[in-house]
Amino acid sequence: MRKGKVWSLAIMLLLVFSTVLAACSGGDNESGEKDKGKNTSEQSSSGSGETLVFGRGGDSTSLDPSRTTEGETFKVTINLFETLLTFEDEGTAVEPGLAKSWEPSEDGLTYTFELQEGVKFHDGTDFNAEAVVKNFERWASGDAEKFPYYNSMFGGFEGDEGHVIESVTAEGEHTVVIKLTRPQAPFLKNLAMDMFAIASPTAIEEQGDDDFERNPVGTGPFKFVEWKPNDSITIERFDDYWQEDFPKLEKVIFRSIPDNAARLNALMAGEIDLADGINPSDGASIEGNPDLQLFERPSMNVGYLGLTVTREPFDNKLVRQAMNHAIDKQSIIDAFFEGRADIAVNPMPPSVSGYNDEIEGYEYNPEKAKELLEEAGYGDGFEMELWAMPVPRPYMPDGEKVAEVIQKNLADIGITAKIVSHEWATYLELASKGDADAFMLGWTGDNGDPDNFLYVLLDEDNIGSNNYTYFKNDETHELFIEAQTEVDEEKRIELYKKAQEILHEEAPWVPLAHSIPLLAGSKDITGFLPHPTGSDLLSNVDIER
Amino acid sequence: MLSYIGKRLLQLIPVLLGMTFIVFMIIRAIPGNPAQVILGQQATEEAVAALTAKLGLDKPWYTQYFDYLKGILTGNFGESMRTRAPVAEEVWPYLAATFELALFAMIIAVVIGINAGIISAWFQNSWFDYMAMVLALVGVSMPIFWLGLMGQWAFALELSWLPTTGREPVRDPVTAITHLYVIDTIIAGRFDQLVQVLRHLVLPGLALATIPMAIIARMTRSSMLEVMRSDYVRTARAKGQKMFFVVYKHALKNAIIPVLTIIGLQMGMLLGGAILTETIFAWPGIGRYIYDAIGFRDYPVIQSGILIVAFFFVMINLIVDLLYSFIDPRIKYD
Repeated sequence: MRKGKVWSLAIMLLLVFSTVLAACSGGDNESGEKDKGKNTSEQSSSGSGETLVFGRGGDSTSLDPSRTTEGETFKVTINLFETLLTFEDEGTAVEPGLAKSWEPSEDGLTYTFELQEGVKFHDGTDFNAEAVVKNFERWASGDAEKFPYYNSMFGGFEGDEGHVIESVTAEGEHTVVIKLTRPQAPFLKNLAMDMFAIASPTAIEEQGDDDFERNPVGTGPFKFVEWKPNDSITIERFDDYWQEDFPKLEKVIFRSIPDNAARLNALMAGEIDLADGINPSDGASIEGNPDLQLFERPSMNVGYLGLTVTREPFDNKLVRQAMNHAIDKQSIIDAFFEGRADIAVNPMPPSVSGYNDEIEGYEYNPEKAKELLEEAGYGDGFEMELWAMPVPRPYMPDGEKVAEVIQKNLADIGITAKIVSHEWATYLELASKGDADAFMLGWTGDNGDPDNFLYVLLDEDNIGSNNYTYFKNDETHELFIEAQTEVDEEKRIELYKKAQEILHEEAPWVPLAHSIPLLAGSKDITGFLPHPTGSDLLSNVDIER
Repeated sequence: MLSYIGKRLLQLIPVLLGMTFIVFMIIRAIPGNPAQVILGQQATEEAVAALTAKLGLDKPWYTQYFDYLKGILTGNFGESMRTRAPVAEEVWPYLAATFELALFAMIIAVVIGINAGIISAWFQNSWFDYMAMVLALVGVSMPIFWLGLMGQWAFALELSWLPTTGREPVRDPVTAITHLYVIDTIIAGRFDQLVQVLRHLVLPGLALATIPMAIIARMTRSSMLEVMRSDYVRTARAKGQKMFFVVYKHALKNAIIPVLTIIGLQMGMLLGGAILTETIFAWPGIGRYIYDAIGFRDYPVIQSGILIVAFFFVMINLIVDLLYSFIDPRIKYD
């Protein structure tokens, strides 16, 4: 008897309890939260003292930028760490960072950097020439698994034949001299990349590499507070930051909200202040919302259809050109990018120096395409596989739907394309093995250098890794290699322009679009300038509620 | 009883062992080199080769498998390839997040499901019965992502009653102790935060509860209908006992056994299968942890993550089996 009563009583209680909860209106509590934020702000000396909540699609994998290649990590670390040189606000021209000035020698082999004085790491360690040397020593004595970007940007490690950096030495407290084994044109741009951020040597020594990843210590405007995996990363204002009056915010919380629609909901509900990865289709409604503002990230990407040149019939240049004429890029951009993209002509976007704007893109012309096919001996068309990306990427919002348009375009000139899709990791693996006839893919630049697009994506050295089309051309190869050591910027640009002409003629790709990635924020946000690399420095950002 | 539990626990060993093997083989059969995926599109070939060797992926599969088993026996579940953190350390916050959500969802499902089932059975063929069963059918067939987004739209955006995503007040985060935030906020004495945490549980909890709630309601109804036709219920009613008393004291006790089985199974499903809910509501749970790991071919996380979820699944079912004899003392274990 007693047991039965307990049962029913418990059930009734739970029922009442959950009903109360569900109906519990949160208006009061929300304002309570905001008040709390303001209270803490009053304790800080300068800045508005607001907390910015930045919603994004994924979590970071590491907070040591030198050890990862993954963009979500840099979005956080750019605010924790600083590099010797930095990129300008909305472009990739190099500006002073932790180094206030630099002087290359005439032969392009020796660079002398004068460092900022009075800079401290978050743990109180002084930033000086010795700290820079120790960071370079750490990277140079590593391996490709540990510091993947160091390997690819500086040609290997200490003792390797291709290693560009001969020595890094401290000449006095605030002067660093870097000697190179051979001139490297993008050297300064490389130094400005997020992964070559200077970390506190004491912290690395005390914690060891693996703990440092979860307790990062840099000189940046914010210092690390807490990381809740897959949920949030909290950073707060570093009071001893060397640039006066920065940062403006008291705290930044990076929240992972994987679903794009849910992230937008969270923004509209005021739970987050800034949202990354906005669907192009939501752009117009955000512009129409008086509480929100839309941010356009300058484009530094390319989405393309790669044609594997080792597979028939794509080994025939005429067929590749025909494909270029057959695809209606404008209607793809209108339909799936909501017009927020530029038609791609070259394998790199116009924002990258050395872009050849004299090249005219292949116009959409099915008749011309048919003629070219006829000439190539495929007048009756052929059958092929068209690989569609299974995941949205900044350069391709909806791979499968775009593939359907391409399929229709190709059908118009007699080519029967079968759409194939694999799960993402499988897709990349098989495509890199050359298993696809034609595949959709794209690239977002790392440092705004043409080498980072053209050489990486279309040179024979990168077949099997990022050159998925297996395109191989002696002429372009020579141009790329020459450009890598050419220090004269103008000559270098000429080399890349020439290479783009050849690539246009050879047509290993159908370049599709340079998309404009979108972000949305509350209307109260000021000073936010989205950076083309995708890593946004938030020291100038403020919220004026 | 004790020997029964011992026997059940021993049976666990081959089940879990077989599962490690199946999971191990399947994830290695799908293409995609973890080293390549982890390092990303930007990586060079040397880097990929170096990482492959470092992760031991160049060794023959049986060596890898036995290394893995050896590790588990010594309590070492491996290191996440992606974050380089030990899985055993990393997994608890995720598991706790899912556990809290699943438990909350199950409470909603049980309370509403059982009561709806009982009332439907009692008033068989009434309007309530028809409505509840139609709703149950809709509940089973409603896609969670749609329901979740609609819930966000209605209760968070339009009515501003509940938060859209996450599990804590963002601007005033909970200090994690046990990682079960309901408990953590009580330990910390932050009852304002406790209310916030509970409010964060409501929408994902309801989304997750829909399917088990519907299944439990249908199961309770049919089980109750059967019991209520039995002689002892008729006797009880003939004696003039109150309807409420007859239902909750006599009938429910006998009808609840099959429902309990379903609850156990559903609880297991919730633990492992909450991926969609966790994605829509940005809930940092185990489902998404394992799902992300699959995308990155993070073998140790997939292997150990599934193993841990499976372990809980089996344990929950054991508890359910033990509850049978508590509810119905005629059931004995030898």
